[in-house]
Amino acid sequence: MSSIDLQTKEIKPARNTFTHVARHIGGDKPASRYQEATIGLQPTQNFHYRPTWDPAHEIFDASRSAIKLADWYVLKDPRQYYYANWTITRARQHEAVEANYSFVDSRGLLSRMTDEVRESACKVLMPLRHVAWAGNMNNTYICAYGYGTAITAPCNFHAMDHLGIAQYLTRFGLAVDDPGVLDAGKNDWLNDPRWQVLRRLVEDTLVMKDPMEMFVAQNLALDGLLYPLIYGSFVDEHLTLKGGTAVAMLTSFMPEWHDECARWVDAVVKACAAESDENKQLMTTWIQAWADRAQAALAPVAEIALGEHGQEALAEVRTTFNARIAKIGITL
Amino acid sequence: MDKRVEKKKLDLGSRYQALTQDLQWNTSYQPMEKVFPYARYEGIRVHDWSQWQDPFKMTLDVWWRQQSDKERRLYAVLDAFAQNNGQIGVSDARYVNAVKLMLQVFSPLKYALHRALAHSARNLPGDALRIATQIQASEQLRHAQQTVHAASVYNKYFNGMHEVPRWYEQAWYLAPVKSFADDLASAGPFELMVAISFGFETLLSDTLFVPFMSAAAHNGDLSMVPAGFSSQSDTTRHKQAGITLVKFLLQQDSLNIATVQRWVDKWFWRSFRLMPMVAMLQDYMVPKRVGSWKESWDTYVEAPVEALFAELAAYGLKKPAGWQAACAAKDHLSHQAWNAFYGYGHALAFHTWVPGNDELEWLDRKYPNSFDRWYRPRLSYYAQCEAAGKRFHHHALPMQCQVCQQPMIFTEPGDGRWIAYRETQHEDESFHFCSDQCQTIFANEPDKYVQAQLASHAILQTSGSETTENALQASIADLGVVIGRDNGEFHGSEDDTNFTLWGGGQDMKEAQL
Amino acid sequence: MSNVFIAFQANEESRPLVDAIVADNPEAQVVYSPGLVKIDAPNRLVVKRETIEEIIGRKYDLQELQINLVTLSGNLDEDDDEFVLSWKH
Repeated sequence: MSSIDLQTKEIKPARNTFTHVARHIGGDKPASRYQEATIGLQPTQNFHYRPTWDPAHEIFDASRSAIKLADWYVLKDPRQYYYANWTITRARQHEAVEANYSFVDSRGLLSRMTDEVRESACKVLMPLRHVAWAGNMNNTYICAYGYGTAITAPCNFHAMDHLGIAQYLTRFGLAVDDPGVLDAGKNDWLNDPRWQVLRRLVEDTLVMKDPMEMFVAQNLALDGLLYPLIYGSFVDEHLTLKGGTAVAMLTSFMPEWHDECARWVDAVVKACAAESDENKQLMTTWIQAWADRAQAALAPVAEIALGEHGQEALAEVRTTFNARIAKIGITL
Repeated sequence: MDKRVEKKKLDLGSRYQALTQDLQWNTSYQPMEKVFPYARYEGIRVHDWSQWQDPFKMTLDVWWRQQSDKERRLYAVLDAFAQNNGQIGVSDARYVNAVKLMLQVFSPLKYALHRALAHSARNLPGDALRIATQIQASEQLRHAQQTVHAASVYNKYFNGMHEVPRWYEQAWYLAPVKSFADDLASAGPFELMVAISFGFETLLSDTLFVPFMSAAAHNGDLSMVPAGFSSQSDTTRHKQAGITLVKFLLQQDSLNIATVQRWVDKWFWRSFRLMPMVAMLQDYMVPKRVGSWKESWDTYVEAPVEALFAELAAYGLKKPAGWQAACAAKDHLSHQAWNAFYGYGHALAFHTWVPGNDELEWLDRKYPNSFDRWYRPRLSYYAQCEAAGKRFHHHALPMQCQVCQQPMIFTEPGDGRWIAYRETQHEDESFHFCSDQCQTIFANEPDKYVQAQLASHAILQTSGSETTENALQASIADLGVVIGRDNGEFHGSEDDTNFTLWGGGQDMKEAQL
Repeated sequence: MSNVFIAFQANEESRPLVDAIVADNPEAQVVYSPGLVKIDAPNRLVVKRETIEEIIGRKYDLQELQINLVTLSGNLDEDDDEFVLSWKH
């Protein structure tokens, strides 16, 4: 760069940010990349054609949900993700997973894993590949049919995260066992009676219509119980005691991810409930119904994972979940 | 106790297979028709989804790492641009109007693709295709967001970028873009994939993101250019997905051929009708020129498309119906577009101008068949009007094509004397089109295209014909565009005087010495 | 017979890729324009991991080339060792 004497030329900006962003952030002040990449990106009117696949609605249509918001950009993501910083974060987390794989491999922890730990881990984790796949489908649904970039963009990222988890679980299975373990897991998912309540629940979520109810059912109720149960109670507390530290290392992404995303999920639910009594009532009803169903669906899974300690562990997870909901300002 | 043998590292193909297949299952508690409600309504038949695979064999871990590498590089450049007043490093402030168009046209378009692809990504029954489509949907969001970020610094210092969402929704001259995006979003999942991955990305997107970006680099844009090049690297994967998908659909069932052909015809043409803006970016809006639109068309459209369709002929697909007309337009497109925008310069959100003499000579050299005969006289006339203090502008409302919503500015293929007009009677109403191809598109889906809200009609309905003189300009003033500051003649504008005051363009001038 | 092509951002990282392609594809033509390097070849173009590794003196994953890739034309076949663009007609 040649010498530009900034003082004498006085290169002053005419404005700090875009007008539509300024309107939203309370005036023309410098805006973050998150704000500029999110606010106003989705068109709201003047659609030329109705969807051929859903002529009852416009292309982007807030009435697809029973939740009513005056401004859908109140659903801010506390993580402030836009594509670039989301992908940079995930890449960094992936490097940590790779490091864990190298560590586990080089220390012979994989080859020294007992059959008991291996089988126990795979029996629980392999069918969860399909649960993660449904999480991917559902968050893609919310991205497609939700309203406003504030919610649809992070759901796109969340969908890809679920796929990443499905792929991590697959990789885990292939690392500790033969490829047949994936088929065995699919077979359990389809046919083992202990997985059927969960599969029925998951399939019911796949045909839901209200994107915000789907958000609650999938991202709060189901994942809010599943992740603490599996990666907390089962992997961290139970398997490691039996010499399964390697399992915890190779699945370390999942609990860390869940905790990160919980901040976002809670913020969305809180913002919806704070807007009106009607929204709050909807949220309360949805959370109650789906958390109860999820808990019932996870009961047989808890038994596979933790045997006689399963129900106790699940009850503890539910108690913690209820406390989380209370913190958002919702009474179940 | 334990029998694990040392695991061989999986090769690329096996790894991709292992990580993407078999996550899906046939649901039994809910019927598959409810889980995939739009799988059949377009009439496409697929018998074996496992026959489609992502040519790039992308898995999430590789994707995150690779995209993260691109983003760290890109945002380092954008940060440096912001910190170093990069906006005064461009050759000439006229160039900034190209940035304005990128933000007004391509960021909203990419956003529309993102949401539309999420719809396909949820509804296509094949899991490998869904994964590739989801990756594509994410990347379109990436492109939309990075365009905003790349334009952000320019917005602080120049006019005509401050309220794009509103302009994109309602400005008359951006209607061709919105109607294109809405047409995509309202289409079914299969049509959408053919339209975007094949019709737009494969056949046409290179012209914007490759030669134009190179020209922009030549004009010192260190913000939009790295963003543009970086985004096109994603698009290479979208293109390959599109080509392989089209081949897959054609091979799966011969009954698909007619449907795919109709989509290829429609979306090639609708995409081509977005090209006038790209063409004029390259021929009129980059002060230091690299190559012409015509040359870009030859290199990035004509030759590759000929090659591609020579191959697709074996699958039963013919070149798009509008191919000849599109190729015939290469001598005219940029000039007709600039002509129109200049004439409506009072009702846009960017500046226009008459090129300088050197530039006119360049245009003549690049367009020996058309420029001197059809377009230089008009530009000379505009220059005269300008010199006399009476800048030329159209007084009337533009007549818009019912399908592409472009103003009727395109001439009959092969005959520059006549504006192409077509008309159809449908249920007691007359509908007007710019071309045979738009007329055919209407004929295939009249119920869709009658819904469109044309800006000129809306103005006529509200203001009546007596006051249309200023109605077009008023329609954009209503959207927060500041008349005279954000549009009209470039020379003497606030952008122009500011840039000179800031010592803009010095780097480029010094580099030339 | 039609051309295939591949184009990269013109920078330090893509230089060895261009050199490798030129070495492995005798009929390739390289065209530079601001910010961009484009390589055309009649009908087929191969990028070989081994050749790149010889040039840069370290291990190279072919998927890395996507970082500086701008565009390409032709059918793609990719495995761990080669990235091939071709027309089949």
